[in-house]
Amino acid sequence: MKRALIALVAAFALAGPALAVLPGEQLRDPKLEARARAIGSELRCLVCQNQSIDDSDAALAGDLRVILRERILAGDTDKQATDYIVKRYGDYVLLKPPFEPQTLLLWLGPALVLMGGAVWVATMARKRNPGDEPPPALTPEEHEQLLRKLDAESAL
Amino acid sequence: MKRAVFLAPVALFALVIIAFAAGLGRDPSRLPSTLIDKPLPVFDLPAVRDGDVGLKTTDITGQPRLLNVFASWCVSCRVEHPVLLQLKASGVPIDGLDWKDEAVDGRKYLVEQGDPYRLAGNDRTGRAGIDLGVAGVPETFLVDRRGRVRYKHIGPISPDDWSGIIKPLMDRLRAEG
Repeated sequence: MKRALIALVAAFALAGPALAVLPGEQLRDPKLEARARAIGSELRCLVCQNQSIDDSDAALAGDLRVILRERILAGDTDKQATDYIVKRYGDYVLLKPPFEPQTLLLWLGPALVLMGGAVWVATMARKRNPGDEPPPALTPEEHEQLLRKLDAESAL
Repeated sequence: MKRAVFLAPVALFALVIIAFAAGLGRDPSRLPSTLIDKPLPVFDLPAVRDGDVGLKTTDITGQPRLLNVFASWCVSCRVEHPVLLQLKASGVPIDGLDWKDEAVDGRKYLVEQGDPYRLAGNDRTGRAGIDLGVAGVPETFLVDRRGRVRYKHIGPISPDDWSGIIKPLMDRLRAEG
């Protein structure tokens, strides 16, 4: 029983992600194929939009994988190969959007929200201090003073 | 003053919810084309129909027209087809690009469903379609007289799409010098 469990855990631990890349599509040179994988995993499949073209079984994703490998064999750099597809389908295919004026809000939005929250918390904290906290206790001298004042008033 | 401080997060939350609700209504498959105001990519496709000339980029010029990307295996193309036939009958020039399809199947499709196309080319490998940025069929490009893409419609053209969006654009292109 224990052995079977260990075997099962080992099997899950060793299993790699199931890629849709077909054996026939792969390049002979493992170095070039590794580059193609690296680029393909960053390109969005147009059909199943939350998968990369490496993960997607859609026919168009397969076509794009083949085109990517053709570009690499033709001597394109990674950027040139990516641009070849971006030129046709737009920035949308980049799973990691570029840092551009158009995407400023996307990239800086979370930081802005965080800063806004920090400012809000700081203002709240500062405002609360004077009014809400109980005044500090009287020192013995103050106490003495107070008693003297009260005595003086009652003597009138 | 105190009330405003407490209402601010609530108002912010409401704004976020409104933004999300608006986002839900948008169709993520409707992507903008990178080809707008640019010339069509170069392609030279063999014929779909028997004894026909096929479809070349250089032939798609002269007057504003539609370039419709279709396929015999595409279900929503069959929904769109009667609209295309009607447009043809009313004199709208439409060229057809048969995407990722065997020419025989494309031919059979046109025989069975009717043929709305002036020129029709078979893009068996899908490369011409990919050069056009086609992500699925049907897609339709509105091309001006100089062969530049001016508008791309994703999905089947409904009669409302035609009268509300595409026809006004086409009329404007026709009025251009």
